[in-house]
Amino acid sequence: MTRHVFTGLDPALGRGGVSRRGVLQGAAALGAAGLILPGTMTRARAQTRGGTFRVGIGHGSTTDGYDPGLWDQLFVQTFAAARHNYLIEVGSDGQLVPEIAESWDSDDGKTWVFRIRQGVSFHSGKDVTADDVVASINHHRGDASTSAIKSLLAAITDVRAEGTTVAVTLEAPNADLPYLMTDYHIPIMPGIDGRIDTTSTDGCGGYIVESYEPGVQASLTRNPNYWKSDRAWFDRIELLSILDSAARLNALITGEVHLIDQVDPATIDMLESRGAARILSIPGNAHYVFPMDSRAAPFTDNNVRLALKYALDRDAMVDVILGGHGAVSNDNPIGPANRYFHAEMEQKTYDPDRARFHLREAGLDSLEVALSAADAAFSGAVDAAAMFSENARAAGINLVVDRVPNDGYWDNIWLKAPFCASYWGGRAVEDHMFTTAYAAGADWNESHWTNDRFNELLVAARSEINEDTRRAMYQEMQQIVSFEGSTIIPMYNNYVMAVANDVATPDRISANWNLDGFRCVERWWMA
Amino acid sequence: MDGLTQTRSGPRRTATGGRTPWEDIVLSNVLRIILVRVALGIGLLFIVSLVIFWATELLPGDLATQLLGQSATPETVAALRDQLGLNDPAPVRYWMWLSGAVTGDFGVSMANGRPIAEMIGARLGNTVFLALYAAALSVPISLVLGILAALWRNSVFDRMANAGALTAISFPEFFVAYILVLWLAQTGLFPSMVRINPTTDLGDRLYMTFLPALTLTLVVTAHMMRMTRAAIINLMASPYIEMARLKGLSPLRIVLRHALPNALAPIINVIALNLAYLITGVVVVEVVFVYPGLGQLMVDAVSNRDIAVVQAVALIFAAAYVSLNLIADVLSTITNPRLMHQR
Repeated sequence: MTRHVFTGLDPALGRGGVSRRGVLQGAAALGAAGLILPGTMTRARAQTRGGTFRVGIGHGSTTDGYDPGLWDQLFVQTFAAARHNYLIEVGSDGQLVPEIAESWDSDDGKTWVFRIRQGVSFHSGKDVTADDVVASINHHRGDASTSAIKSLLAAITDVRAEGTTVAVTLEAPNADLPYLMTDYHIPIMPGIDGRIDTTSTDGCGGYIVESYEPGVQASLTRNPNYWKSDRAWFDRIELLSILDSAARLNALITGEVHLIDQVDPATIDMLESRGAARILSIPGNAHYVFPMDSRAAPFTDNNVRLALKYALDRDAMVDVILGGHGAVSNDNPIGPANRYFHAEMEQKTYDPDRARFHLREAGLDSLEVALSAADAAFSGAVDAAAMFSENARAAGINLVVDRVPNDGYWDNIWLKAPFCASYWGGRAVEDHMFTTAYAAGADWNESHWTNDRFNELLVAARSEINEDTRRAMYQEMQQIVSFEGSTIIPMYNNYVMAVANDVATPDRISANWNLDGFRCVERWWMA
Repeated sequence: MDGLTQTRSGPRRTATGGRTPWEDIVLSNVLRIILVRVALGIGLLFIVSLVIFWATELLPGDLATQLLGQSATPETVAALRDQLGLNDPAPVRYWMWLSGAVTGDFGVSMANGRPIAEMIGARLGNTVFLALYAAALSVPISLVLGILAALWRNSVFDRMANAGALTAISFPEFFVAYILVLWLAQTGLFPSMVRINPTTDLGDRLYMTFLPALTLTLVVTAHMMRMTRAAIINLMASPYIEMARLKGLSPLRIVLRHALPNALAPIINVIALNLAYLITGVVVVEVVFVYPGLGQLMVDAVSNRDIAVVQAVALIFAAAYVSLNLIADVLSTITNPRLMHQR
């Protein structure tokens, strides 16, 4: 039924002029009217939508669970987006979209008031209240919290429910607090005596959990009472954990799944030529990095760091390691999808002479350093390190690649080896990225880097209200990280997915995270 | 041989239908063998449990750091370690674990608090299902092929069967699996991945699991077939076969009635070994076909340092090996009168 309506409209989609979303809404309404279905509009829509959307995800482990503080990879993130709502959503264009918070504002940037949407209920039938929001945020605060974003929310001194609003008080003003509230770790879950139940599947999102086997699959059915009328088009969602990239590709080709993530660049051309699926390559803010421990010789000298930054061929890395699905980065953790991205910096290129010049400035004729790498850091890390080593030789730098095991990489190498490989998913705001990995004393400051001017700006920019001044501040910070920082950032990696032709996607795909900001489950529909 | 047995046991059978002394001897022999083997098996499992525990202690990092991954900070790690009880000394943790495992209580997963017995239950069921499926295909095929190959030794059939089986075993499992996917899944005949859950009915289950079962069949058939063939051919040179041939019996009857019973012991052992492999060694096939079996669970648990699960699964694997070997030993003893009536 559904398919006929939508297929019939397909040529119209191709002609353009009308946005796909608009047409789809039209189609849903048309279908409902044409069939003269009794009942409410929501019900008619649910019937004209339909389909089971199966996603093959290259993550997932038997140790996954329902505790939001421990979520760390795409399977649990997407699963969460299917069953939960957040205070605020990051829209496809990167702007904030009200979700459970209907609106928010702050007089001084220090106390933020979120007005909670009324009439939204959890799958269990309980209404979403301000108390639930407080419990959901508090899960990540306090000494006993094991949450991964404990340090991110450390600046919050108080969270208080006041009727239908929630007031969040900070130590110091921060204009970006609403952005932090979009973090995937903070879904709105029902609070029981001020705490959330970390074994519960209950949420207020578009889909209700039907079954879940950690590390294997999750299946969900559409929430008939979902408050958003223009979302959650599928009847069912099945998320399948398919770790092997060849098995993932097979599953897509044989029609077992509609969408896969992390498509191996080597197989993209072949997949496209078969015509059964299309590739979505979304430039985001995710990037691969080689942090250098700025406390350890020889990386204490900025000239040595600059020499290394000029001694690698970024273009070649984008071509070879990413198969062209990415962009060169200028040692800048802020990506082109960020608001205050500094595009006018002088782009560093592969320049062995300049690298030699910086080595001489550092008082060295040649340099020998070891770079620890494993593919656990990012897919292709070992190859990237080998390319780096080849490039650096021309500049008189003997870069020895120390290949280490994937297993235990984050325990034994990262933050411990003086020079290693790592990666970052994009962050929606500059402050989030800088505070997490570049601020003095931050737990994940991979390069153990401190820069007084940078840290001063970081605090000042948070509370700056004037847009232009704020932009200037963040751009200066990018300049500092790029030219004085201790992290080599060769490239931004695109999010590369493959989608079967029977699933339609919006014109614009969110760049803030993978799989349409994890929201493919509620934003996409059957073609 | 039939006549011999009859004269032995027939007249001595008592009117009440009780056991003859001969049967009593056999039973007590078998019972003794089984008891000794079970005792040895338990001792072996105990040693294995020590080794498992010691080996998992050697892994770098622990569950707390692994769970938090890149986001581990000293504070959160300490809080989580405390919660998980990872701060107790190793002997204490070993004792707690072993005493639980003996009573069938493997505890709860450190990672997500689910009972391990429940986590393993479904996976073990899947693994055993796949192993039995593959065995149901491969054992008859290899026995028939082995017998026919021995019967028509050096014929074209023998050479083809050998070449085919050896080719299949020489390729790595994942290669065989991908070839099958290319031929049978991409043409739409069978699914390329296994999507089963506890409610899937048997027919669907057999259909969806066909490709992994076929892959495993191709991988294990050669071993069993070659052993069957070799054991029979070995016996074909013995004097009593010569006698049977001189009596004018048909070659098929010679092989089935006279050679095969004496060749059973090595064949049973090889089958047991392959069954154990089908249970414990199929992680590659599980990965390719996304089959939720114990192998993947084990790999997952190792990389996540969910030690309790690793230990439980390793113990199950060890128990599978020990018990299959036990069964093979007992069966080969029963089929071999020389072992049954040792003086």
